[in-house]
Amino acid sequence: MSVINLDHISSNPLLPEVKTAMIGAIEKDYANPASQHKRGEEAADALSKARTSVAKLINCALEKEIVFTSCGTESVNHAIKGVAQANAKKGKHIITSNIEHNAVIRSLRRLKSQGFTVTSLSVDQDGRVNPDDVAGAITDETILVTIMHSNNETGTIQPIAEIAAITKKNKVIFHTDAVGSVGIVPFDVQKLGVDLVSFASNTYYGPTGVGGLYIRRGTMIWPLLEGGVQEHNKRAGSENMIGIIGMGTAADAARRDMGKRLGHFNGLKARMMDKLPQSIDEYIINTNLKHSLPNLVSLSIQYIEGESVMLMLDDEDIAVSTRSACATGSLRASHVLLSIGLSHADAQGTLVVAFGIDNSEADIDFFLDKLKTVVTTLRDISPLYKNAKQA
Amino acid sequence: MYNKTVMDHFRNPRNVGVIDDANGVGEVGNPLCGDMMTIYLKINNEHIDDIKFQTFGCGSAIAVSSMLTEIAKGKSLAEAKAITNKDVAEALEGLPKNKLHCSNLGADALQLAIKDYEDREAGIERPVLERKDEHEHSHGETCYCPYCDVEILDGVNFCEACQSDLTEEH
Repeated sequence: MSVINLDHISSNPLLPEVKTAMIGAIEKDYANPASQHKRGEEAADALSKARTSVAKLINCALEKEIVFTSCGTESVNHAIKGVAQANAKKGKHIITSNIEHNAVIRSLRRLKSQGFTVTSLSVDQDGRVNPDDVAGAITDETILVTIMHSNNETGTIQPIAEIAAITKKNKVIFHTDAVGSVGIVPFDVQKLGVDLVSFASNTYYGPTGVGGLYIRRGTMIWPLLEGGVQEHNKRAGSENMIGIIGMGTAADAARRDMGKRLGHFNGLKARMMDKLPQSIDEYIINTNLKHSLPNLVSLSIQYIEGESVMLMLDDEDIAVSTRSACATGSLRASHVLLSIGLSHADAQGTLVVAFGIDNSEADIDFFLDKLKTVVTTLRDISPLYKNAKQA
Repeated sequence: MYNKTVMDHFRNPRNVGVIDDANGVGEVGNPLCGDMMTIYLKINNEHIDDIKFQTFGCGSAIAVSSMLTEIAKGKSLAEAKAITNKDVAEALEGLPKNKLHCSNLGADALQLAIKDYEDREAGIERPVLERKDEHEHSHGETCYCPYCDVEILDGVNFCEACQSDLTEEH
């Protein structure tokens, strides 16, 4: 299927070297890394090698600070619920932001039903949390701050290092959902100062179904999954060797190619921003262009609805993502977009365009060309457009 | 996601536009939910001579508007008043369960337009339509959890099946 994939936020293809490594792991038929015999040790070595690769990607002090999980969502659940439960005797107050992923929101909702309180900080018009607001919200009862590194809908990056300086001073644990960031932008846990980082393999062209949680040594946290003593007693369950080996290989490639990829993404993003006004008018860019992922642009096209745009572009073999209520199945506009000040109507017309290493300048040009026709067609049908023009 | 009939009406919507001298206009929905539909009617001798629509909405909403106008065109007022949302969904050979919400607008807009015509004929001044800001669905019709598609009862704001909080949607 030859489709121009501009929906790299939803899924990424596997790198050829990742496929090779995973097929190799399948052929190898690794034993259980917990087994004490020769075959088990061989598996344990392979597991350790993958763990080291991932640890290097984010500059961990120790490789065992990396815990392999099944996905970013599991990492987030583990971080938030694990810290809350382990520190409940110290306090039951958690600080977050209005723009978090549902994995954070619903984990916190679960904790609220169990007696925890949550302060959710608003963001400014540029979609960023003010670190001073974090400082102002911390009380003696605060045990956790969870604020995402980059937002999956807008691509905007938060001032994580500044927030970490505040949490460190106040001895509060800081978790960041970095599923969109790790493997895409330079991410150094020593420089950032965070205690917990959730991330996922598929973001940087590894397999879906495997993720990671960085837990800084000394952080008080309970496991999410309990049973055996895998993952240094932090996450029970026999490890997904095939997935983890794929993830490790992808991490090596991400570290090796990061500079090249950044240049590639920045080039595509600049081209899109430069040529967009020639394609359509009356749109809003939701991404904070100064502080954002290099591979994502969120735009809200006024007077039309996102799923319709997505379907018409699909007919032209272009895949994009939309944040309209209908498309996300939530029946309401995106909480992220409303938090940055968009009206409901504008929020419904939002497209998320996310580039991949497989995209070219020609892809961007083709997309913008087709977008022009799609937007014109849908605005011709739209009562909102008609009303706006008549006013 | 959508069957061939729905996609056909989405890609090639029938009766798109505005009737400048319409004698019945009905508008339903609001951008809050992501769907808004306006139906224009030209009624002569108690028959719908012409019907046009404008829609802000998803693939389902546009397809529903198109099919609705195709069904209603040329019908007598009596026949048109009998057209229900279910008729439109059936003519489209079905919609995904969580898209039935979108289809609710179709026949509602038509009925509102017919009422507008009748009010005008009777000399009744119609109040300006106040946009409703909440999720609306006719009581008695089935509603489905937007997260797990399981049927939920009226007035319920928590889905037992998937533990989702539906206070905002329902």
